[in-house]
Amino acid sequence: MKTIRVGAGLGFYGDSWRPIRASIESGGVQYIASDHLSELTLAILQKDRQRDPSAGYARDAVPMLTELWPLAAKRGVKFVLNAGGLNPEGARAAIAKAFRDKGWKAKIATITGDSVLERVDELRAAGEPLAHMDTGADIAPVRERLLFASAYLGAQPIAEALAQGADIVLTGRVADAALTLGPLAHEFGWKWDDWNRMAAGLTLGHLLECSGQGSGGNFGSAGEWAKVPDYAHLGYPIAEVSEDGSALFTKPPGTGGRVSFDTIRQQLLYEVHNPHAYFSPDVVLDMGTLKFDDEGNDRVRIHGASGAARPKTLKVVAGYQDGWMGTGMIGFAWPEAYAKCEKSAQIIQTLVEERGWAIDDTNVEYIGYNSLLGANADPTYRDQLNECFLRMTIRTKDKKVADAFGRLFPWLGLSGPPYVGSMKGIQPAKELLGIWPTLVSRDLVEKKIKVEIESI
Amino acid sequence: MLVPLWRIAHARSGDKADRADIGLFAFDAATYEVLKREVTKDRLARHFAGFNTGPVELWPLDNLLALKIVLNGALQGGAARSLRMDNLGKNVAAQLLRMQIDAPADLPRLQG
Repeated sequence: MKTIRVGAGLGFYGDSWRPIRASIESGGVQYIASDHLSELTLAILQKDRQRDPSAGYARDAVPMLTELWPLAAKRGVKFVLNAGGLNPEGARAAIAKAFRDKGWKAKIATITGDSVLERVDELRAAGEPLAHMDTGADIAPVRERLLFASAYLGAQPIAEALAQGADIVLTGRVADAALTLGPLAHEFGWKWDDWNRMAAGLTLGHLLECSGQGSGGNFGSAGEWAKVPDYAHLGYPIAEVSEDGSALFTKPPGTGGRVSFDTIRQQLLYEVHNPHAYFSPDVVLDMGTLKFDDEGNDRVRIHGASGAARPKTLKVVAGYQDGWMGTGMIGFAWPEAYAKCEKSAQIIQTLVEERGWAIDDTNVEYIGYNSLLGANADPTYRDQLNECFLRMTIRTKDKKVADAFGRLFPWLGLSGPPYVGSMKGIQPAKELLGIWPTLVSRDLVEKKIKVEIESI
Repeated sequence: MLVPLWRIAHARSGDKADRADIGLFAFDAATYEVLKREVTKDRLARHFAGFNTGPVELWPLDNLLALKIVLNGALQGGAARSLRMDNLGKNVAAQLLRMQIDAPADLPRLQG
């Protein structure tokens, strides 16, 4: 019986590709599905592109493929990556150049048509309000501040590129799980309205899209995380899929990490909102019928996915400029480490008020006490901390204020409370981005999708 | 008896725009029934008061021995405009594991 093995690639721009070697060399994969784009990575890529029109893609794809292609090519392993970001053609050009320099041959496909930033006015004229998906707010007030706007495409163009013989498929924004569903639909010839198989592919793609989070990484727990073996050599997950959509979920032999009912159900429910209606461009998945059979030894059988018809709209996520963040930090040792941080926050607040700066929000956190747990931090030992850092951040529309804020802090080293920690530099203003999720009729986007292949 | 969730359950959280999105998982079926009974929307709203500004959503999943929890309005508008250290809401699950619930002493994870 034919099975297809898809291995996880990266889980974000900047993730490690080293574990992918084991998936290719001993994991028996035919495909690597690599997700380089988190919700706001496109904002970083947009800034790259403003500086250099040939940029705007996830640059890690070039060294990643340069390292992995020799291993993959001799085994016939293909790559599906959303590393194209805002410029899939630019990514293809960079990879093609690197491959030509080595004398390698490959068919590289690009999928474009996801970016709608230049089409916002056209879409609105066509009757698409592009109102905020959650609040219903009108897009007009942020229209001039938009930095990117991209629709999440589905798996069909990926399958089409593979059907045309592509070895490497470079997409822009697609649903993360489409990177896996595309190869599966192509290999098994799944019908695009076979909702249960679409749902199975979506489930597996979702389990693979966060690299090590599907094989024991970030295993949120007290104590149990420490039992995950050999983090240093954690293997990325692999789905071995059958024609009916059922799968064995595992990882390469001899690698660290853990694939178990516990670790993969954490990934299944990760960032999905309503688990009974997990929307994707290709299908709406109900996770309530899934069955996981843990066979031990990093093997979990997955079956029972049920799907409903795909939505008539595609989700678009846009980002817009939303002011500036100023940051200041200072640390203190015992005694009264927390009290000295609190006093410093009061001093800074006084200095800010005397300057009359226009500040929209101020955030005060104490690193070592409550910067991660917030109001759920346990105050029992607050006044006996060995050391504590004050971190203050402000939101302002004025970049100059955001820059000046951090410069208030060094003075405290000689003129504030005692036993001060090192400053390690002043943080410059950081641009803040608002996120604008919206919906658009899918046909208006899909008619612009282009699949192109270059043989090198 | 009062038991903190970290002793009987595990959890992961992430972000989606302004939502903190949490999965809470029982290690065993008996504990799952206790979680369903005790970890209610009201209880969650109180636990995250001052942190979350919107409604709480909650779905039990019997097949996964899990509760899916969404805090609508917990991330200062979203990760890229948040002023917090934990702008991605990765630690909201840890916050949840500090919740104390009423649980029977004979739950499997409370033995030994």
